[in-house]
Amino acid sequence: MNYAGIIITLAWRNLWRNHRRTLIMVAAISVGAWAMIFMTSLMRGMVNDMLRDGIRVLPGHVQVHHAAYRDDPSVNNLLAMTAGEVSAAMTAAGIERFTARVRVPAIISSERESRGITFVGVDPRQEALLDAIGSAIVEGEALSGPDDKGVIIGQKLADKLDTRVGKRVVVMSQDPDNEVADRGFRVVGLYAANLAVQEETYAFAGREIVQAMLRIGDGVSEVAVSGDDYRDVSQLLAQVSALMDEQDEVLPWQELDAYLGTMLGVMDGFVLIWVIVIFLALSFGLVNTLVMAVFERVREIGLMLALGMRPSSILAQIIVESILLLVIGLSVGNALAFASIVPLQDGIDISIVAEGMEMFGASSVLYPELQMNDVVLANIVVLLLGFLASLSPAWRASRYEPVEAITKV
Amino acid sequence: MSAVRCIDLCKTYRQGDQDIKALDHVSLEIAAKGFVCLSAPSGGGKTTLLNAIGGLDIPDSGEVWVAGQRIDQLSKGALASLRLQQIGFVFQAYNLIPVLSARENVEFVMQVQGVSKDGRREKSTAILKEVGLAGLEDRRPAEMSGGQQQRVAVARAIVSKPALVLADEPTANLDSKTSDELMELFVELNEHHGTTFVIATHDRRVMGYAKRLIKMLDGRIVDDINQRAA
Repeated sequence: MNYAGIIITLAWRNLWRNHRRTLIMVAAISVGAWAMIFMTSLMRGMVNDMLRDGIRVLPGHVQVHHAAYRDDPSVNNLLAMTAGEVSAAMTAAGIERFTARVRVPAIISSERESRGITFVGVDPRQEALLDAIGSAIVEGEALSGPDDKGVIIGQKLADKLDTRVGKRVVVMSQDPDNEVADRGFRVVGLYAANLAVQEETYAFAGREIVQAMLRIGDGVSEVAVSGDDYRDVSQLLAQVSALMDEQDEVLPWQELDAYLGTMLGVMDGFVLIWVIVIFLALSFGLVNTLVMAVFERVREIGLMLALGMRPSSILAQIIVESILLLVIGLSVGNALAFASIVPLQDGIDISIVAEGMEMFGASSVLYPELQMNDVVLANIVVLLLGFLASLSPAWRASRYEPVEAITKV
Repeated sequence: MSAVRCIDLCKTYRQGDQDIKALDHVSLEIAAKGFVCLSAPSGGGKTTLLNAIGGLDIPDSGEVWVAGQRIDQLSKGALASLRLQQIGFVFQAYNLIPVLSARENVEFVMQVQGVSKDGRREKSTAILKEVGLAGLEDRRPAEMSGGQQQRVAVARAIVSKPALVLADEPTANLDSKTSDELMELFVELNEHHGTTFVIATHDRRVMGYAKRLIKMLDGRIVDDINQRAA
């Protein structure tokens, strides 16, 4: 403790010997740490927003389809189990957040326009448990049950069709015998989504009504199950796989949407690269500060060696000085980052560039998302690389010959 | 047992194109409790000899023995340990660590030695009082005069009671009054604590305090005078 005490005392006091230089370096580290954490939280918020939206359009961390459904999402590729059988199996297994859907390509027509859409028959009560699209109704009302005879469409689709709540539309698809299956629906509600393309693509109706229209009995084309954390669905995947028919395909959302899954992996890698790039910029200042600090103290270092301090203690002293500098800078930087992120929790309006953002799936409001693992990563990277950067000047200081150092002019 | 024994020491420095013989076959023995002055003009070899005795510089050839231990073949770590435990140093200038107070400078060696906080406090208080710096314990070097700084350096050199104190031009930056006070302190420590002093100087006043005066020229011992006998 004696030895550690004198090393820490010397490191701390030497740090403040040239307080202007130290404060400049602390400011640089603080701004660097702030930039690392703040920018990471913005990017994380944007990507997570994209991921959640991607999952939320048709929610489900794990989804089950007929093995051929992904290549041919037609009414012929229904699951082996009916909606009733799925419900019974899930309930028996204690899974609460699930839904069974009918999902087919269709054409929707108003009095004036027609559009190709994905037509989804849902049970609104089950979808609500998954925080589904029905929660984003902005006009009219949500579907009341699987036997609701209305349809919900996106605002953009309503604009394209030149229709509105209360008006009738016709949805046309095919039944299993490839015969035309159609039905008139009254628009009961409009929903909003972050992405215009979602609003234009998906239309929702009661599952039983859609099943009747398509003449598929209680058949469904998709079962979606949600867990607690979309990042880790392995356990849920195994549980659902055990319940479903072997012929059907049970997949996590990352595989169902390779773009989103890859984006999550890319984001993690990007955060690390971002942190390292900022640190590299900082490291020049850090190494320069330490080299100058050592250079100014050659005689003192020689004196301490002459008095019997071991070279390893000189090494430790310079490293501790560097770590103290980094810890102060990081503390201020972390505080600044928290102070600037917390007030922005309600979102940053970036609608001025919304169209560009939508092109790659981001919304016009950015919600910074502070994740502790990003904060920890930034701090650990800075401390670890800072430690490595300080090794060279520290090593040089510890290698001085006392008799030469003490006479250095 | 001798406090210091040097056998046939040679040390050559390269300065530009010239080889400078700083030590030229120097042999010397200093008894325990000795009070020796090394006198030489600039470049005469006294500082090199002092550094060799203190393990700060390794001779090209010859042997250096301190307290019965041959030191010219020791590792850096072992030399550091020897300096820490057995030798006190007083240098001409830049003697103190500027970021530490007078007390902390005095306690520095003890702290590295692992002496407890209470032990350090007790000894530093006593030694600072002994060198006439009571009341100045918390001053940093920049807040003290040259003489006061040198006293702190002396206090640090002797506080852990080393067998040997090596002082290189300890009075070079001091006025005559302060020089006398410092030398009287050395004499007192030598007589009362039995500390061996080896002082490199070209100050005649300092030489006057020594029991033994060794004169050097061009890296060689040219005279060895027992001043008490004289």
